[in-house]
Amino acid sequence: MKNTKSNNEDWDLVLESGRADKHYWKDLWRYRELFYILSWRDIKVRYKQTVLGAAWSIIRPLLTTIIFTIVFSKIAKLDNPGNAPYALMVFAGMLPWQFFSNALSESSNSLIGNANLITKVYFPRLIIPASSVITSLVDFAISFLILIVMMFWYQYIPSWHIVFLPIFILLAFMCAFGVGLYLTAVNVKYRDFRYIIPFIIQFGLYITPVGFSSSVIGEKWKFLYALNPMVGIIDGFRWCILGDPMKWSSFIFSFSVIIIFLMIGITYFRKMEKSFADNI
Amino acid sequence: MSKIIEVRGLSKSYIINHEGKESYTALRDVIAQKAKKIFSFPNWKSTNKTQEEFWALKDIDFDIEQGDRVGIIGRNGAGKSTLLKILSRITEPTNGSIKIKGRIASLLEVGTGFHPELSGRENIYLNGAILGMSRTEIKKHFDAIVDFAEVERFLDTPVKRYSSGMYVRLAFAVAAHLEPEILIVDEVLAVGDAQFQKKCLGKMEDVSKNEGRTVLFVSHNMGVVSQLCTSAILLNKGKIDFNGKVASVVDKYLRNQSATNDFAYNESIKGLKPNFIDSIKIKNTEQQYISSFSFDQHIVIEFCCKINNYTPDLLIGIGMQDKSNSRVFTVVKEIDFFMDNSTDQFRGELTLPKSLFAPNMYSFVFALWTKMGVIHDVAENVCIISIHDNGTSLAAFEGADYGSVIINPNWKSI
Repeated sequence: MKNTKSNNEDWDLVLESGRADKHYWKDLWRYRELFYILSWRDIKVRYKQTVLGAAWSIIRPLLTTIIFTIVFSKIAKLDNPGNAPYALMVFAGMLPWQFFSNALSESSNSLIGNANLITKVYFPRLIIPASSVITSLVDFAISFLILIVMMFWYQYIPSWHIVFLPIFILLAFMCAFGVGLYLTAVNVKYRDFRYIIPFIIQFGLYITPVGFSSSVIGEKWKFLYALNPMVGIIDGFRWCILGDPMKWSSFIFSFSVIIIFLMIGITYFRKMEKSFADNI
Repeated sequence: MSKIIEVRGLSKSYIINHEGKESYTALRDVIAQKAKKIFSFPNWKSTNKTQEEFWALKDIDFDIEQGDRVGIIGRNGAGKSTLLKILSRITEPTNGSIKIKGRIASLLEVGTGFHPELSGRENIYLNGAILGMSRTEIKKHFDAIVDFAEVERFLDTPVKRYSSGMYVRLAFAVAAHLEPEILIVDEVLAVGDAQFQKKCLGKMEDVSKNEGRTVLFVSHNMGVVSQLCTSAILLNKGKIDFNGKVASVVDKYLRNQSATNDFAYNESIKGLKPNFIDSIKIKNTEQQYISSFSFDQHIVIEFCCKINNYTPDLLIGIGMQDKSNSRVFTVVKEIDFFMDNSTDQFRGELTLPKSLFAPNMYSFVFALWTKMGVIHDVAENVCIISIHDNGTSLAAFEGADYGSVIINPNWKSI
């Protein structure tokens, strides 16, 4: 037994049950080119197959913003704690929400959609959901252009906080990725789970302050509300773009939930990964 | 020569559910089952669920030396694909270990990850990356790939507009330019036209012979395996049956596979004809009754006829037919050659020349008749045999119609 152990160093690769963990992160780095090229494929195909292409990522958030502004500002008459126009506030929340919901639905179906790759070639499977989230990031970038146009329209100058925006984009990315990893792994095992995902996203929209400010929620509930990770992210977006007041105490809750989701997502995905090829 | 792959005690088990027809588990069913368990009596066993452990591979040991070309053969379900999947890291072994030196690339399918919407050029990069090539490597080989695939004119056309031949050519071309130390190939040569298959085979031979790569090759096509590989592993029900030089392994595989296919006269109508063909058996020169022969094996036909009403001008004729029932040859012999007057039956043997009949399926026609043309008995389409290619010059064209015989003529340049 000892003898074989000392010989192990001569081999480049040792395959044993439960051994895959050892090289995983090294492998992930080695396969980064595959990650780039799969992301590039997803983006390319996405804009090739649709008639309106990139226009979709402009029309959808724009229309939703108009409707939300009318419903929440004019009909429900909710107040806006900041001094930015209501539509701009809605759009600043719409951006991360659209990104999150797109990324979530893309990544949770990503493994099933790439079944042919999974059963034929080895690579760290984490690449697939990760590259599908990247696609949503491109949509996000296009939608961001509308924000700039709206800024000009309302003659609104963003606060200096905007330099922190990439941090909140990264948080939104981590949040969508964490939840997406979990869902896509469950999706491989239970195929009917995909019917639940649109429901989760729709439900999420109601409990997330997209059409209104999170300050509408009473003091008593604000910490509980912040357990929805998107609350902290949207607050952060509004703080960066519009200079709205930021509630750091409740942001800590959102931040912790994001980290926990990401860790659960990765752990569960890694645990299930070995059986993907057998189950898919 | 150094060991490049070492496999020890490799096993892989799958759990088979005999529960439902669905190929996947639905959360709905799981919840329903859990609920059933809660609301049912504890001793009420659910009887409709039976799980069975199935060992696709069991205790496999083998070594592969650098530069070996190893064929992996076996019937369907012998565990070939599972072995390849474990070697290419798609799935994990249940027990045992595999140790590998160097980079490994597997080609379990032609054109893995090809996207129909993307152009040929884009798919070369995509497929290359999926197979484990770096961008610089693909760039280096790009012209060679395009040249090999013969698709230069359609490089910027989406591959969904490609003909299936072009598609396969492009896919193989990318794979052929992989530069791993170990290449795993699964039956991918079964596609494409004969000419391209030949080209692929040539390329694979080139890769292993001239560049010293190790190739693992799974195929049902014994001719190609014999031609391409130096050694072979015969799998049977998840275990290694035989491991050695390619010719002996292929022979063993064919011998195992072939059942006897004797012809025997139907007992109930025996009395109706005075003279009839009683039995026919096909065997090899080692007296083994088989129905599957390799190209360079003699085929021996053993026959027995009952002659109750002897006439001196009786003849026996044996003919061989190909799959479309065209006659390949006919031979005729007077039965006096076999008969001695003491019995009412005779036995005879006909040995066919080896290394002549093209690998294919054949059947036989037997007849007893007189010189005057009176037919006493006929047995048609009996004793179907198959001749397998074990490395003829036409192996790459196996399955194509290149005639019923393979000859070795004298070529001369004048």
